[in-house]
Amino acid sequence: MGILENRFPDNVFFSTADSIINWSRKSALWPETFGIACCAIEMIATGCSRYDLDRFGIVFRPSPRQSDVMVIAGTVTKKFAPVVRRLYDQMPEPRWVIAMGTCAITGGVYNTYAVVQGSELVVPVDVHVPGCPPRPEALMHGFLLLQEKIQKSHVLRRHDPESAMAG
Amino acid sequence: MGVPLYCTKIAKRFGREVEHEGHSHGMHVFAAPPSVVVDLCRFLKDDPELRFNFLSDICGVDRYPQTPRFEVVYHLYSIPLKWRLRIKCRVDDPPRVSSVVGVWKTANWHEREAYDMYGIVFDGHPDLRRIYMWEEFEGYPMRKDFPLRGYKDTYNPFGEEKTETSSSSLSDDQDNNSSQPGEKR
Repeated sequence: MGILENRFPDNVFFSTADSIINWSRKSALWPETFGIACCAIEMIATGCSRYDLDRFGIVFRPSPRQSDVMVIAGTVTKKFAPVVRRLYDQMPEPRWVIAMGTCAITGGVYNTYAVVQGSELVVPVDVHVPGCPPRPEALMHGFLLLQEKIQKSHVLRRHDPESAMAG
Repeated sequence: MGVPLYCTKIAKRFGREVEHEGHSHGMHVFAAPPSVVVDLCRFLKDDPELRFNFLSDICGVDRYPQTPRFEVVYHLYSIPLKWRLRIKCRVDDPPRVSSVVGVWKTANWHEREAYDMYGIVFDGHPDLRRIYMWEEFEGYPMRKDFPLRGYKDTYNPFGEEKTETSSSSLSDDQDNNSSQPGEKR
């Protein structure tokens, strides 16, 4: 959106425009095909026909350039952290991150020399899905929460409603 | 089951240099000094009556504060004869052993693992690099004086602070982030 982003006041025109933009963004969340550890198995199950993420418009994409959600499914080791960061940096904006499972949230039981103590330290995380590993329903709930978050976000409108009033 | 053939053969060939340490977990155990390990391995592999043609593992052991501090353990298997045996080799600090890559090629990665985790240097190894940890990693994480949670940095806020004594064996010019791989933003 570049120069148009977060520049306009809260009024009927821009809030309607925002809700259309947000609706389109949340209705086609494309996650990366990217799994690090055992949580990835649960993520694959969520994407397959029994749980079927496709019905939410969530389709796994093979490239970070084509995706807008990163599901960190597994333990992020310190050796792998630069790769996670690079994959995040390669995603076009707007982009979101779901930390799936206890390891991705806090490092989990791996409080050791080799594991990043929470993927929050590497990339900004929007939704945390607890569990070890989380069931597919939990991941789906995480996606629904993310959709809720996206629907509420400000795209054209300013973040701060008071300054938007003044402007 | 009597005394296996390899026990008598080892005793005959190496005499007192290689000590028989008994039988545990289904394997006969031999203690060999670092100077004869390669000869012993080659003998066990090449002897037509023994044919220990498979090296199933090399492990490092840190016996701190005992001396000699380190131990290298070789697990051998004879595929044609279905025999297993274990060779233990005690080494001092800093640990140095001759490489057995010339005997079994598979020793390459096993020795890199022992080097990565314990800092055991294998003389004659063709490519002794870290295998699990990244190149810039400092210290040997399986040693008993290495803190379980590692050292504190931005990715690991619960780690131990680096002190003069704990980092004395490491290089001097290190900052907090030096143990992290790659770029960081």
